[in-house]
Amino acid sequence: MQRRMLADYPLVLLALTLSVFGVLMVYSAGQTDVPTPVVNVYRSQIVWLGLGLLAALVAANASVRLLEWLSWPAYLFSIALLLFTLVFGSGAGTAAGARSWITVAGHRLGQPSELAKITVVLMLARVLATRREAPRSLFELWKPALVVAVPWVLIMAQPDLGTGIVFIGILFAMLFWAGVSWPLLVLVASPAVSLILAFSTQIWGAWFIALVMLVIWYRPYLVEGIVVIISNVVMGVVAPVLWTRLAPYQQQRLLVFLDPSSDPRASGYHVIQSRVAIGSGGWLGKGFTLGTQKRLAFLPERHTDFIFAVVGEELGFIGVSLALTLFLVLFLRAVRIAQRANEPFSSLVAFGLAASWFVHVGENVGMTLSLVPVTGIPLPFISYGGSFMLACWLVVGILVRISSVGRGRADMISI
Amino acid sequence: MSFHPNDVARRARTASMLLIGVFLFLLVAFFKTQVVQNAQYSLQSEENRLREVPLPAPRGIIYDRAGEILAENLPGYSVLVLSPSADSLRAALRGLSGTITLAPDQIEAAVRRFRRAPNRPTVVLADAPFDVVSVLEEHRLDHPGLIIQAEPKRFYPDGAAVAAFMGYTGEITEAELSSRAYKGYKSGQQVGKGGLEREYEGQLHGREGTRFVEVDARGRVVREAGARQDLLPESAPPLYTNIDLALQRYVVELFGDSLIGGAIALEPRTGAVLALHSAPSYDPNRFIGGIPADYWRQLTTDPRRPLYNKVTQGIYPPGSTWKLATAVAALQSGLATLDDHMPTPCKGGYQYGNRFFKCWDRRGHGDISLARAIEVSCDVYFYQLGLRVGLERLVGAGLQFGFRDKTGIDLPEERAPSFPYAPVKDYYDRKYGPRNWNASFVLSLAIGQGENAQTVVSMARFYTALATDGAMARPAIAQGKMERTEAFRLSAEQMSGLRKALANVVSERGTASASQIQGLVLAGKTGTAQNTQDPTRDHSWFVGFAPADDPKIVVAVLLEFGGHGSRAARIASKIIERYLRARPIQLINTDG
Repeated sequence: MQRRMLADYPLVLLALTLSVFGVLMVYSAGQTDVPTPVVNVYRSQIVWLGLGLLAALVAANASVRLLEWLSWPAYLFSIALLLFTLVFGSGAGTAAGARSWITVAGHRLGQPSELAKITVVLMLARVLATRREAPRSLFELWKPALVVAVPWVLIMAQPDLGTGIVFIGILFAMLFWAGVSWPLLVLVASPAVSLILAFSTQIWGAWFIALVMLVIWYRPYLVEGIVVIISNVVMGVVAPVLWTRLAPYQQQRLLVFLDPSSDPRASGYHVIQSRVAIGSGGWLGKGFTLGTQKRLAFLPERHTDFIFAVVGEELGFIGVSLALTLFLVLFLRAVRIAQRANEPFSSLVAFGLAASWFVHVGENVGMTLSLVPVTGIPLPFISYGGSFMLACWLVVGILVRISSVGRGRADMISI
Repeated sequence: MSFHPNDVARRARTASMLLIGVFLFLLVAFFKTQVVQNAQYSLQSEENRLREVPLPAPRGIIYDRAGEILAENLPGYSVLVLSPSADSLRAALRGLSGTITLAPDQIEAAVRRFRRAPNRPTVVLADAPFDVVSVLEEHRLDHPGLIIQAEPKRFYPDGAAVAAFMGYTGEITEAELSSRAYKGYKSGQQVGKGGLEREYEGQLHGREGTRFVEVDARGRVVREAGARQDLLPESAPPLYTNIDLALQRYVVELFGDSLIGGAIALEPRTGAVLALHSAPSYDPNRFIGGIPADYWRQLTTDPRRPLYNKVTQGIYPPGSTWKLATAVAALQSGLATLDDHMPTPCKGGYQYGNRFFKCWDRRGHGDISLARAIEVSCDVYFYQLGLRVGLERLVGAGLQFGFRDKTGIDLPEERAPSFPYAPVKDYYDRKYGPRNWNASFVLSLAIGQGENAQTVVSMARFYTALATDGAMARPAIAQGKMERTEAFRLSAEQMSGLRKALANVVSERGTASASQIQGLVLAGKTGTAQNTQDPTRDHSWFVGFAPADDPKIVVAVLLEFGGHGSRAARIASKIIERYLRARPIQLINTDG
């Protein structure tokens, strides 16, 4: 048991390398010309890394069956926590106005949404694993959809768009892994796509025609087909109305995403300064701790949401490539674990957890270059944040466990 | 779920492909930003962190002809504040008010300067006294955007004595900034205002350097030096002038505190300006670093108008000094010789038509020649000479002698004199209306009255032609190329005859007999110009040169409300004596 558990050292090593790299970057983020409290947070990051390793050890020793058994209570517990947060929570960082933290006596204990990401993956895996065949119709998707919808609504109410997107990502990734065919996934996603495309009548029209053709080709149940078409029409028409009901800061973020220079002093400021930091890094960067954008506080949220801009500024394109390669190898390894898992539940859990990381990395790294809107979600293993570090290492532990009981010998299989 | 290993392997492949695809996409995006667009973002990052603090270049030193300093630079300090917005500038200035006293209008002026150039440090005190600077240095840490800059400060050792031609320096104005003449200048820079400082601004200002300070996102100065290599200022080359500082000081002394007027001394052949003074004067040193409001008020409300240059800007009826122009006009056209007598002898006045024109001397001068008429300044003779020349030809000669043009002295404020233009019919019709004027107007013109008002420098220029060979020299303060233009052509005998008549003015026989100098032959003409504002207090003129046979210096003096021209002549003779006694007279071949 003990021997096989340690067998997936490539995964642990990758996660550990990323974490140490993260601590170094958090340290660097604290090195500013005018000192701020951030100067010391790397120390607590080390403590949280230690706790994370402990959590990973516990999780790696827990049987997958225990996880499966725990999925219902854990899911309900996290829903309860989210409800509690919605009432008593507080904000922080780029999302200072949101209620996403549980704070006791002035100490922020953690973000329940971090726990919810894991419990939703477990619950989804449980729901999807019980079926012999992959869902073939929209109607059959009601259970997984509901599992995600409940926490999603609670999180969007905080509001926390970034985490909401992570949940959507998890849902689609796990449906895909469960074998849901891609036309069905498209049909599920189509109302949301219509919503986004509704801003341009021509593009929405083109999309709508393509969708109708897909419906004719895929031949879902008549009722489902009609529902899909109608919901797309509704979304295409309702979107502009919904837009006016978005909070001004949400509208602003979307607008700034479309055109960062539209508001260079306010919302666009983050994005522009982040891009300037990364762009000025060049091939080799300005040197560890020497980034001027960071040092002189032009870069916002240096140790949390925009830490990857510090990587880009100080370590250059080489550093960015190395960090992204580490993440790629980690994800490929996780996919491999999901592939080798000896039963559906483990496989789905492994894939879902990896997908959660992937969405985090894609969104976080993408926003530093303004490829995606600024949503304020952290970079796994790198960004400063206690509960997130803990959650990431909990996931590592679960993956190690699944890997250790998977098919074939883990230490023999290359990533 | 379908959990057949083949299905799972297929999905794993798809997922891996997707991962690699996203990875490559991100890599390309970062490559584009960090490597391809690196230059652009590096520049933006530098612009973020660096603020340029101008290092002013020392202005060119101005010397007199003997190498004495007329204008130099002293070490001074300016206090500047860097701030990201007007509001934070206000807050910073309020913070400074605890250490130094800042008037509300000083704060508002600083805010206006900030709005003009938000990225440059804002000048708060252009010329801070040393004690203020030392207090600020002590409290430096309390004021994050504060910059104290050693800044050369203009200084004129002779102050008010050189103000008439020197001008002063001051902060560039908005109007100047937007004009093409000041292309490349930046807000807050010091530029020449008036006088030589303005005229030779392009040569005197040098090239401003730049010091780079590092600021953080909130505009606080984090590093004062070493953020980037400073660009050192280049000082300007010196400006050498023709001014004779000793003579200039003497002229100022002659005017003292009581006399109002102007004087200019020139070398007749070169046009080199030896001295130029306008009294009363002002102290240009008090203008440096901002003109104090009370001093400005005092200067602008003074009825003697200290800021008004009485040599280049003031125009006065030239009076009898202009009779030489009438004489030259008659001589060059052959209508008279120096020995010619006029039909009507002077008996104290001249009847023309139904009007009686008086001579200045009621006793009359009798039947005299032109040479004698110049000596005694007989009005009656010149009335008749004017009639003989005729209005048309007299105005033509005046235009030929440049009495409607600026002299081209290298001072920016020079004003063009007032004189009729040709054809005279157009001029007089326009001025008085047709039929409201007649040929008798030439009588006034011939004796330097009427539609004629000249600057002191303009009269001096005409006398450089009399003192030489008929060519006028452009008055030049700065050393350099001399320019002469022919005003008239007379024979050598005519020239020496005119000079002899002028010399006799300053003898026992002439109007300025009190201005004789022992052992020197001085030539010149007095003038008494009617003052239009106050008929009882005439302006007093003298324009002349010496030595009469070989002139080395031309002097023009005007005294406002000075009465008879002999008063101006006394000053002029003292200037000439001082100049010619101070230096050995060299023998120069006058024909050469």
